[in-house]
Amino acid sequence: MQYKMPFNYLINPGHSACAGCGEILAMRHVLQIAGRNTIIANATGCSEVTTSRFPMSSFKVPWIHANFENAQAVASGISAALRQKGMEDQVNVIAWGGDGATFDIGLGLISGSWERQENILYVCFDNEAYMNTGIQASGATPEGANTTTTPPGKKSTGDDNLKKDMPAIALAHHCVYVATATVGNIIDLQEKVKKALSMKGPKYLQILVTCVPGWYTDSKDTIKVARLAQQTGIYPIIEYVNGELTGAAKCPRPKPPIEEYLKLQGRYKHLFKSDEGKKVVAALQRIAEENVRKYGL
Amino acid sequence: MNKCIEGSHAVAETINLCRPKVIAAYPITPQTHIVEDLAKMKANGDGGYEFVRCESEFAAASIILGASASGVRVYSASSSQGLLLMTEVLFTIAGMRLPAVLTCANRAISAPINIWNDQQDAMTLRDSGWIMLFAEDNQEAVDLHIVAYKITEALRIPVMVNMDGFVLTHTFEPVDIPEQKEVDAFLPEYSPEQGQFLDINMPVSLGCFATPADYMNIREELAIDIEASKKFIKTQLGNYKKAFGRGGNALVEYYGAKNPDVIIVAMGSVVGTIKDAADELMEKKKNVGLAKIKCLRPFPKEELVKVLGKTKFAAVLDKSISLGQEGILATEVKAAAQNKLSAKIQSFVVGLGGRDITKDSIKEIFQHVQKRDSGLSFVE
Ligand SMILES: Cc1ncc(C[n+]2csc(CCOP(=O)(O)OP(=O)(O)O)c2C)c(N)n1
Ligand SMILES: [Mg+2]
Repeated sequence: MQYKMPFNYLINPGHSACAGCGEILAMRHVLQIAGRNTIIANATGCSEVTTSRFPMSSFKVPWIHANFENAQAVASGISAALRQKGMEDQVNVIAWGGDGATFDIGLGLISGSWERQENILYVCFDNEAYMNTGIQASGATPEGANTTTTPPGKKSTGDDNLKKDMPAIALAHHCVYVATATVGNIIDLQEKVKKALSMKGPKYLQILVTCVPGWYTDSKDTIKVARLAQQTGIYPIIEYVNGELTGAAKCPRPKPPIEEYLKLQGRYKHLFKSDEGKKVVAALQRIAEENVRKYGL
Repeated sequence: MNKCIEGSHAVAETINLCRPKVIAAYPITPQTHIVEDLAKMKANGDGGYEFVRCESEFAAASIILGASASGVRVYSASSSQGLLLMTEVLFTIAGMRLPAVLTCANRAISAPINIWNDQQDAMTLRDSGWIMLFAEDNQEAVDLHIVAYKITEALRIPVMVNMDGFVLTHTFEPVDIPEQKEVDAFLPEYSPEQGQFLDINMPVSLGCFATPADYMNIREELAIDIEASKKFIKTQLGNYKKAFGRGGNALVEYYGAKNPDVIIVAMGSVVGTIKDAADELMEKKKNVGLAKIKCLRPFPKEELVKVLGKTKFAAVLDKSISLGQEGILATEVKAAAQNKLSAKIQSFVVGLGGRDITKDSIKEIFQHVQKRDSGLSFVE
């Protein structure tokens, strides 16, 4: 089935993403830069469910979804087939998925592909939890966040694990390009996609994407919250080319305190109601300071 | 060309003759020799395929999924734990109607961990939507792989070729490996239609999610197509026989006395032992026979009913078990026979985890099934 669309996007409107969804916005911009000569392998998650309800699809490029954990390995197969067809240099192969697909269940398969140094861009849409199944914690969930599997209570302040350092894992695999971005800075995001796709080899781009129902934010704040993640230092925006740090987004001075970021999000509300919670806020502030020091933000 | 080679090597050579474009696999005994051989051929410049070495069977299955969706011929092989690790992806490959050929070197499932032959691995995958063929010997394994490509690419249903681990994979037997030009003539290059694969010139979305409004119809269509594939499989087995002079189009092959009183139903390499036992019994004027199931999925009910005919007793041999029920094939044979046959049908579980199956134990089964009891029997 095909509809005539009034836009020139490669992801058509008509998808079922929430109003203010950061993920669909990031997807659209990544694909817009990648262009028509792109094949997407999509992991199960919101990015797939909102865009591909049979018999319709939002994608104007060849697109495949198989399972939750194997987008990168499916992309390996696509890439091997393209090599056989002599089309490797004509097509961008992109695998993408959520943080759960990336940090957790798909990590082994991503690692295998990176080891093989395959020419694939992997994009992680990091909304810091399993959103499609109703906001459960993943390895990307930050300390203190309220999710349905890390609920705060008398004996809990929410998630008590640190967020996994996925870019460091990518670097340990000799990925030629490793970068983070947020949906709060589209121009930066576009530049990074461009740069990544200009390089041959394994590439990893992790984009912080605001999740309105999962973070309990207002849909009008999607961009603002993502920007504060960068400005407070809690989500370092960095870029590595061939293992060398080539870019780090500076925090404004004076730097906004972490509370400014946390207070816009219901997932951190409980932290402000107890002494234990306030200790977590302080711990998050320390993480932000450490990021500023480590990357010179 | 006639050669005396290991079963795994024969399969590897055959796969190379089929000219796959992408192979992905992971080592597991007793499948390993097949993929080692394919890696070696590639390293020596004799294989024109991409050999994607990966970190798990889950990845191997996912890689051939992606490659098949890109419109090229693919291959993988596994066994036992590896096959089970692939399970989720194997269902997806079938559900997405992607052509693929996979060899299962049949092996027992943990626990206890055991590397030897039975067929629990493949039997556990019987509901996955793959066509499942079983080889009796290495020659048949060679032949079935070539036919498998023909079937999978025409019907867009994946095909698993099963061969018993060690008993076949590690056994040196004389096999006739076809010439490249013969295989090329039988199996032309795979070229799917536009719109069936990922192509920047004709963008399609594959693997969309279906709501209750559509899911059931899509599954029903797959069920109907797999059921209907019997006819095509038989035609291709027949064409293979015409081209190569071997095999035959029966999905259930009968061997034995003209009007048997008792028949053993079995699959895979144990069939050879049963034939020998049956020969000896027939020399003593016993009315015995064998029904060899060459194709488990789709299940050849009609043919089986015809073969069992007027026999009074049918002993079904399973190298696997549905724990809490009985031998898996036995249940299937009973279902096929319902309201059609009057034979007493009994389940015999044999050879689990590589336990030897002797001619004497087969003869004992021919006897046992004619007794009164009808319960599940573990043959020691
Ligand atoms: C093997 C397997 N386990 C669990 C699921 C259920 N599941 C589907 S999507 C999903 C969460 C996705 O989370 P994430 O990758 O972070 O993407 P998001 O929806 O947050 O964008 C889960 C748990 C599944 N489909 N497959
Ligand atoms: Mg997520």
